[in-house]
Amino acid sequence: MPITYLEAIREAQAKLLADDPRVFIYGQDVGNFGGAFKATKGLAKEFPGRVLDSPISEDAQVGLAIGAAIEGMRPIVEMQFADFSTCGLNQIINHAATMFWRTNVKCPITVRLPSGGTAGAGPFHSQSMEALYAHYPGLIVLNPATVEDAYSMLIAAVHIDDPVIFCEHKYLYYHLKAESLPTEALPIGKARVARPGRDATIVTYSAMLHEALACAEELAQDGWQIEVVDLRSVKPLDTDTILGSVARTGRLLVVGEAFPWGGVTAEVVARVATEGFGLLDAPPMRLNAKDTPVPYHPNLWGTHRPTARAICGAMRELLHA
Amino acid sequence: MLQTSDLASVKPQTDTRRDRYLGAFRWMLLARVFEEKLASLYRGGKVIGGVFLSKGQEALSAALAVSLRKGDIYAPLIRDAAGRFAFGETLLDAARTIVGSRLGPMRGREGNIHRGKPREGYYAMISHLGVMVSTVAGGLVARRFKGVKDVVGATCIGDGGTSTGSFHEGLNMAAVEKLPLVVVVANNQYAYSTPTSEQYACADLVDRAIGYGVRGHKIDGTDPQACFDVVGEAVARARAGEGPQMVVADLLRLVGHGEHDDAHYVNHALKVSPIGRDCLDVARTQIGAAGWMTPSQIDALREQLQAEVESTFATALREPLPDPNLEDWRALSTESLAEGNV
Repeated sequence: MPITYLEAIREAQAKLLADDPRVFIYGQDVGNFGGAFKATKGLAKEFPGRVLDSPISEDAQVGLAIGAAIEGMRPIVEMQFADFSTCGLNQIINHAATMFWRTNVKCPITVRLPSGGTAGAGPFHSQSMEALYAHYPGLIVLNPATVEDAYSMLIAAVHIDDPVIFCEHKYLYYHLKAESLPTEALPIGKARVARPGRDATIVTYSAMLHEALACAEELAQDGWQIEVVDLRSVKPLDTDTILGSVARTGRLLVVGEAFPWGGVTAEVVARVATEGFGLLDAPPMRLNAKDTPVPYHPNLWGTHRPTARAICGAMRELLHA
Repeated sequence: MLQTSDLASVKPQTDTRRDRYLGAFRWMLLARVFEEKLASLYRGGKVIGGVFLSKGQEALSAALAVSLRKGDIYAPLIRDAAGRFAFGETLLDAARTIVGSRLGPMRGREGNIHRGKPREGYYAMISHLGVMVSTVAGGLVARRFKGVKDVVGATCIGDGGTSTGSFHEGLNMAAVEKLPLVVVVANNQYAYSTPTSEQYACADLVDRAIGYGVRGHKIDGTDPQACFDVVGEAVARARAGEGPQMVVADLLRLVGHGEHDDAHYVNHALKVSPIGRDCLDVARTQIGAAGWMTPSQIDALREQLQAEVESTFATALREPLPDPNLEDWRALSTESLAEGNV
């Protein structure tokens, strides 16, 4: 029975609620309604009192989670859209993220961000926020790209004693399916070689993984063997796996859906340049969304962020550099 | 000899009006004496960073903490020295944080009024005002999940802090959840240099309680007996399950925003009006009228507290300072997920 990325998230939360009485979910419309994307469908009924509806108050939602975490609970905060998390930014980066360092008291909150673009969603329902949160010390930032990782990484996230920003991709919610839930997983913090190769490396994460894999498939028809690395975890970043891949291929393209300035792609290139410069046979390349807000109309949105076609264009350039 | 109990010990239950008053008064006087020393150290260049005093607000601050019990949650703010000691903070912890001793609770990573011991219900504030309202609410939600009864969570804030969205969201949410939360607003007429006429347009901050769906309480913050009575009632109502309580106390900040600030902008008319009274002077009068202590007994107590403050700071000033080479420079508790420094 195939399971979608969204259903995997729901299943993970059901398991977390069942296994650990310290877990509860707090967010807008998560209760009886089951959440804007149905990520908590049926959970309020199955676990009475554990899935609570909040007012439209992202700052207070995170503040509540922080207080509950101080007292030993393991709250999951569902932001309705990643884009609204900036209303709770202060509580996340200045309060939750600094709690342990300042006070030696752990802050095990998990903030779920429905992230990334879908056609027609526009500037405030499409953002990818991982770079913003990764910048601040004291946070873990996870970006599952597969159904299996959506499930196992969310379970792992809630078990981590530090605040976790869990970036789920909305496009993958219903479009990505797997045969079954996994019974094992790579550890948090390890990247995965999604497709082994020889001629060049694409490092990417989240929905862009599937665009990169589609590109690798296309280039294979011309005889190119492209290695694709799925970061899985933006922070901590698995520099070892990235460098290992670049050592094999000598060519690097980093692809992200987020805005270009100082994002995840910049961080990866910076690390490879400083720690693995000699491994490169060509200048590293980055492919990001354009430096504008995310457009509403699909005609514009279609070009705003990288697609398989755009990735292939960049790859052909890289392979001949 | 006054014992400044630490958070682990049980506070003595006092039954009589006299005992409650004098117990709170002791914390007020300790805070005053502590802050006099603090101001002196600041002028002598012995304190790194800013110094923020609570002169004029000691009664209100003490009133809240003496109404709380072990097991309650307390999130003080900037001008709460009296409340912190009353809740169980030791003089040594406070002194160590002020002078930056490596042995202090914040280990040099934070200083000043940002100190706290969250595991013991004594939450540590961050600079962004209003944030602690929802945080205490969250602590109370956790207690509710655990089935803990009779718990109260309290936080303090100034008139300026009530303007933040954070404050609004927190109190509204706590009201929706009907949590046993007490928010004490010290309306000391100024937020740094901003007078209340530029802070809010409503007639009285306590009117907002109606808007939040919570009970409001109004006090003359310069009157210690009124503070003890009204704040005590607010805490009792919260504990009894009546939902959040918002206390607004009118008083005047009798110092600058910080010791670096000469507060020249404070309206002189306020200083010479009843709102400008020093609650410690009012306390002396109330204690004298009730015949509970003589002036010389109060003076003797003051000297005793001064001696304790002196010796505590002398100890803290001799202690080692933070050493960057002894720091792990790691912000995550999970060592295996910490990236290490570039």
